[in-house]
Amino acid sequence: MAHIPDGILAAPVLIGGAVLAAGGVALALRQIDDRAIIRTAILSATFFAGSLISVPVGPSSVHLLLAGLMGVMLGSGAFLSVLVGLVLQALLFGFGGLTTLGVNTVNIALPGVLLGLALGPTIRRTTRPGLRAGLAALVGALSVLGTGGLVAACLALSSPAYAPVASVLLATYLPLALVEAAITAAVVGFLARVEPDALRPAA
Amino acid sequence: MIPADLRLRLVAAVLLVLAASQLAHLGPAMAALALALLLALAARPDRALWRRLRHVEGFVALLLLTLPFAVPGAPLLTLGPLSASLEGLSRAALLAAKVTTAALVLLALLGTVEPIRLGAALHALRLPEPLVRLFVLTLRYLGLIGDEARRLREAMRARAFRARTDRHTWRSFGNLIGMLLVRALDRARRVEEAMRLRGFSGRFPHAALAAPTARDWTGFALLTGLAAAALLLDRL
Repeated sequence: MAHIPDGILAAPVLIGGAVLAAGGVALALRQIDDRAIIRTAILSATFFAGSLISVPVGPSSVHLLLAGLMGVMLGSGAFLSVLVGLVLQALLFGFGGLTTLGVNTVNIALPGVLLGLALGPTIRRTTRPGLRAGLAALVGALSVLGTGGLVAACLALSSPAYAPVASVLLATYLPLALVEAAITAAVVGFLARVEPDALRPAA
Repeated sequence: MIPADLRLRLVAAVLLVLAASQLAHLGPAMAALALALLLALAARPDRALWRRLRHVEGFVALLLLTLPFAVPGAPLLTLGPLSASLEGLSRAALLAAKVTTAALVLLALLGTVEPIRLGAALHALRLPEPLVRLFVLTLRYLGLIGDEARRLREAMRARAFRARTDRHTWRSFGNLIGMLLVRALDRARRVEEAMRLRGFSGRFPHAALAAPTARDWTGFALLTGLAAAALLLDRL
């Protein structure tokens, strides 16, 4: 539900999204160590594979975004990971679009990067599993809700006629936020036990 | 009509989709849809590719259903307090035409391209080199990691795991993704060592691509000309 296809958004929204995404990608490329590219690439492939898992929610099912986890593990590199993932989705499955690549990258990556910056240090430092799980769940839930909010905002800014759909859309993100919170907490707990270095952006 | 050169094809796809997404009137949008359909037929994609068109995101369907009621105008049909307007209906048709046109253009121009060949084309189009390297490497390892994920899922099924809406499922999927990430990090270390051992200097060698032929340029000019004509028609 997070990929906006071509042909829906107004030009100013598309341009704004593209500019923001270019800024995020440029920042990530400046910060990334040349040797960390391989790590980022293989992790991107893993996040992509992880987002293909369909998790049942009642009678329906959802796909994970994993952007909060990317923010914790990759920092600003999440912009790169999301962009590459979206290009692959468009090419392999015909999902999403070309003109909306920028908007979609910002919508998905930005909340993850910000939450990784805000809560990542405490998640890495704490020795209390309960606190770690709680914060990781918060990162998972808030990154999904942030993405939902941004998608809704893109629609509402493009045309006032999209406003009813934008508010319905937000409600559909609630179950995903719940699932993403539980799974992000489980992944972070697993990594903290097995390989704590994995939670650091440039290991 | 579709240029064989991948660089021109990429640029044409971006320009065509950009033009389609900015159409504001139903007539030009329908003309663009017809042209895109011809283009897609000319590209002869197989059936699996056509099936992609059915992937309409839930909210797009919702948008098409609510637009007739959300746009004010001459009432056409009244359902209790709601009334669908003619203007709203034509907005919904315009939106559907544009979304389908863009999807058909992508299908026709990029549907049959092997993603791994895109690396060279993106490099030739002067994208930042680290970004191209990231793209190529991600694509390279996607297959391997997808297989690994499939094996782990199979092992879970062998132990009678069934995905449900409960905490056990979420914890199990969390462990699955965690395990994939740990293995991915191990793989990244091994790959990096192997690449440096073979003298990787931080740049992949990219073979220079052959210059586009006159035919490629003609196709490119034709496609972008049609896009410009549709946009011009729309604005007049």
